[in-house]
Amino acid sequence: MEMTDIFGRLSWADLVLLDVFRSPSVDTAVSSGAAWIMVLGAAAVLVWLTVAGRWGWLWRDWLTTVDHKKIGIMYITLGFIMMARGIAEGVVMRSYQATAYQGGAFLSEEHWAELFSTHGTVMIFFVAMPFITGFMNYLIPLQIGARDMAFPVLNQISLGLTGTGAALVMISLALGGFETGGWTAYPPFTGADFDPGPGPDYWVWSIVLSGFGSMFSGLNFAVTIYKMRAPGMDYLKMPVFCWTALCTSILLIFALPPLTVAGLMQALDRLLGFHFFTNDLGGNMMNYANLFWMFGHPEVYILILPAYGIFSELTATFAAKRLYGYRSLVMATMSIAVISFGVWLHHFFTMGQSPSINAAFGIATAIIAVPTGVKVYVWMATLWRGRIRMTTPMVYMTGFFILFTIGGFSGIILANPAINWQVHNTQFIVAHFHNVLLPGLIFGIFAGIHIWFPKAYGFRLHERAGTITAILWIVGFAMTFLPLYAVGLLGYPRRSAAFDDPAFLPYMYVSLTGAFILLAAFCGLFVTLWISIRNRDSLAVPLGDPWDGRTLEWATPSPPPPWNFPVIPQVSSLDAFAKEKAEGKPYVQPAEYRDIELPAPTSAGMVVMVSTTALGFALTWWIWWLAAAAAFGLVAYFFVRSFFEYPHIVIPAIEVQRVNEAWIEALHLCTPVNRDHEDDPRNRGHAATDMAIAS
Amino acid sequence: MRQSEHTWFALFAFTVLAAAIYTPASAATHSADFMRPLGPIADMQRTELFWATVIVMVAILPVFVGVPWILWRYRRSNDKSEYAPAWHFDTKLELVMWGVPAAIVVAFGIWLTQAVFRIDPYRTIDAEMAEGMNFEIDGPPVVVDVVGLDWKWLFIYPDEGVASVGEMVIPVGRPVSMRLTTDTVMQSFMAQGLAGQIYAMPGMVTRLNVLAEREGTTVAENTQYNGTGFASQRAPARAVTDAEFSAWIDTARAAPPLDDETYAQLAKSGDVAAARRDLGRTGSGPLAFALPDPMLFGRIVGRYRTGAPVPPEQQPGSHSYDPEAARLPATDKGMSDGND
Repeated sequence: MEMTDIFGRLSWADLVLLDVFRSPSVDTAVSSGAAWIMVLGAAAVLVWLTVAGRWGWLWRDWLTTVDHKKIGIMYITLGFIMMARGIAEGVVMRSYQATAYQGGAFLSEEHWAELFSTHGTVMIFFVAMPFITGFMNYLIPLQIGARDMAFPVLNQISLGLTGTGAALVMISLALGGFETGGWTAYPPFTGADFDPGPGPDYWVWSIVLSGFGSMFSGLNFAVTIYKMRAPGMDYLKMPVFCWTALCTSILLIFALPPLTVAGLMQALDRLLGFHFFTNDLGGNMMNYANLFWMFGHPEVYILILPAYGIFSELTATFAAKRLYGYRSLVMATMSIAVISFGVWLHHFFTMGQSPSINAAFGIATAIIAVPTGVKVYVWMATLWRGRIRMTTPMVYMTGFFILFTIGGFSGIILANPAINWQVHNTQFIVAHFHNVLLPGLIFGIFAGIHIWFPKAYGFRLHERAGTITAILWIVGFAMTFLPLYAVGLLGYPRRSAAFDDPAFLPYMYVSLTGAFILLAAFCGLFVTLWISIRNRDSLAVPLGDPWDGRTLEWATPSPPPPWNFPVIPQVSSLDAFAKEKAEGKPYVQPAEYRDIELPAPTSAGMVVMVSTTALGFALTWWIWWLAAAAAFGLVAYFFVRSFFEYPHIVIPAIEVQRVNEAWIEALHLCTPVNRDHEDDPRNRGHAATDMAIAS
Repeated sequence: MRQSEHTWFALFAFTVLAAAIYTPASAATHSADFMRPLGPIADMQRTELFWATVIVMVAILPVFVGVPWILWRYRRSNDKSEYAPAWHFDTKLELVMWGVPAAIVVAFGIWLTQAVFRIDPYRTIDAEMAEGMNFEIDGPPVVVDVVGLDWKWLFIYPDEGVASVGEMVIPVGRPVSMRLTTDTVMQSFMAQGLAGQIYAMPGMVTRLNVLAEREGTTVAENTQYNGTGFASQRAPARAVTDAEFSAWIDTARAAPPLDDETYAQLAKSGDVAAARRDLGRTGSGPLAFALPDPMLFGRIVGRYRTGAPVPPEQQPGSHSYDPEAARLPATDKGMSDGND
């Protein structure tokens, strides 16, 4: 038996960990160092799990759970782990470009290319996507008054597939390296003729496999929202976040397949010698660009819509006011979802199509700015005549307002093909999409974490640390990315390893400084968490409503019990909980309790994750026996599983009653606090509402 | 209110930064670009940028001004301000919210549509266009065929019988009609001082029409990442007088010819300096060639359109490319078979 039969095309030379010993340089020190950090970090976690005897806890309480709240938390945790890598890469890249005047920077050009490719892939697919999926997981059932997702096991499998994609990208750090054609991976550069691998293969399999996970998530969320809303909750009584989640789900269902198909077509080109995107035999890379952006543009809205949902909830909450123009917001959200499928061509106005096509897509792109603008005005109107508390989420919101508007402005500029031709593929684009994704999506997520962390863990995050961190994010963002608009206008291409115009230097130095501030801001998140954990007793809000919240999830204890609600609530209006509080009769208690049936834990998600990771790894490295074994194992598991009825656990009515009545009693023992004492140990999560009259 | 102060500080810092960034870049560079155009097309693109900015300001200035004002006026500690917790709809406000952005988009859409038709990169620059856009044409058109190689541009002047690597020279006042392709992976050609960019793709032809109104230099660069030498794929594009252009043509005609063997060597991955070494030419700077075959561009496009597979050894840009093994098709039939 040959070695290639066992290890495919994998050899010792592919072990990035050893690069620095084979040929010591700054370049290999960075690549090997990153690989060692990952390997040692993973080893440290394994050692800790073993020493602390936490394997059982990890397996029972987390990896096999089907509780949407825990799955949501795991998504967000995955997002943060991957974000650490993405930010580190970002700082290395900014350092590199700041020293790239007339070349002579400290990394090899190959390594530089790998950095911008992994940074984009990681940030979009394994930071932004897990963040929004995590939030939707945590919040949808709680906000619509349900106990779990429509398909709890599929939900766990989706997480497993996302984990597979992330794992493959991480493995590439230590074995063989990732592709170098950017996160968009345009062929023919990523085709077998120009890059035999394994880089593009890692990209293909991590994107394809995690893409299935995202599509399943979309189906799951959409069905959950369609079918499992509490009685009385009409569509127009749903919280705005659920509306944005519904639109995102629809986009996930329809936008992910083109990407998965494009990825599989690349795989066919690479593995089986097809000619979808090759130079010869009728292959056409333009078709790839089309398919990729048919996914890629709706993807932007997949990411941003849930953040809009969070901003909508938080303006109303922290202005102590009913949301202005709920129907306008819903309409705007839906229009964005629909129009987002009709604008993808603006990613390649430069491909030589006719002026009428360019004009049509330019106008469509401008049209999408109308509902987006309406949203910004709606939030302003919500704040108007409110009683605004400048909490951490509101600081993020302020940064969002100003910075995101600049991002929208540059977006409109780009919608005009005549201007786009001059700045396409330049740093202007880099500035633009960071400008919408960071202040738009990431600020929304962090604001959301400040709001809902107390819901998930029963204590608030430290307010001052949170505010300082938020300001670091705002300043860091502005310094890092706004200068890139200027050099982009002056023609500095994106992804370029060097520049020869000395006029760019000051911009690059400001940008580098900003990158370090962003790194500090990222660390600030963990400092905030650490300070908060140390002070968790004085920050505790077990009663569940620390912010004078408006929607159903605040009418549960923090953290909520696994069954969420003792009985499924009856809903009669928008912001039902706020209305009850304004009328002075919140916390309506059930007349009788019943047994609650919950789905039992399952290892399905882990089986899917392990087998698909093995499959993706095997197809990347041409280890055919492993690919066959992994595929067979996956099919066999589900085949055998289909013969058994899916087990449930039953929570007896008496237990539900005990838990619920203990909480109600604690509520009665605690004086409600008004908003002056929000950031105060007196705030135990029992809110005296600011809203004097019924909403 | 400590937190409000933080916010105000951030806003202030941000404003200062924004102002600093949009101060025009230092005048250290003399080369023409988007902000300093050489000709009517780039000029119009800059005008578009200006007016688009002005139009959009109508929608976004209220946000920049209104948000800080609202946050300050309606802060919780200000008990003099009005509080309307149940207010949630106003028909007039709705009309403004939807109407103003919609009106802006209508204006913006009309504006961009006329621009896109007027300076469509495929539109031949002729007397009608010159009259419509108020510029002068002075002389017959020049055809320039552009081939993207890894990591240099090859400019072919089929009518003049010359070619150039690492430098594009065009005469002021004469329309330049460019056909573009690559003989490797996808690229994007941009000379900011003349016009925006257009993709160049193997086996396919795209077009770009430009005209320089005054003498000057801009950078013809590739903006689509194509490997480790990407950053060096930048060539000066010089707009010169007709006399200087003729003189340049004459010099190039006297240079060594760009025959098939030379082309096969030239197509190897490497920057201009590497090509110079490969071809055994001394000196430095751009390379000029005499052009024995005016059909060269069509044959390069035709390489991928013969209906037969092109193995990696015969594809420039591939790691296994072998100049000895690679032969262009004898005629440009492949190109004329297909559409642009």
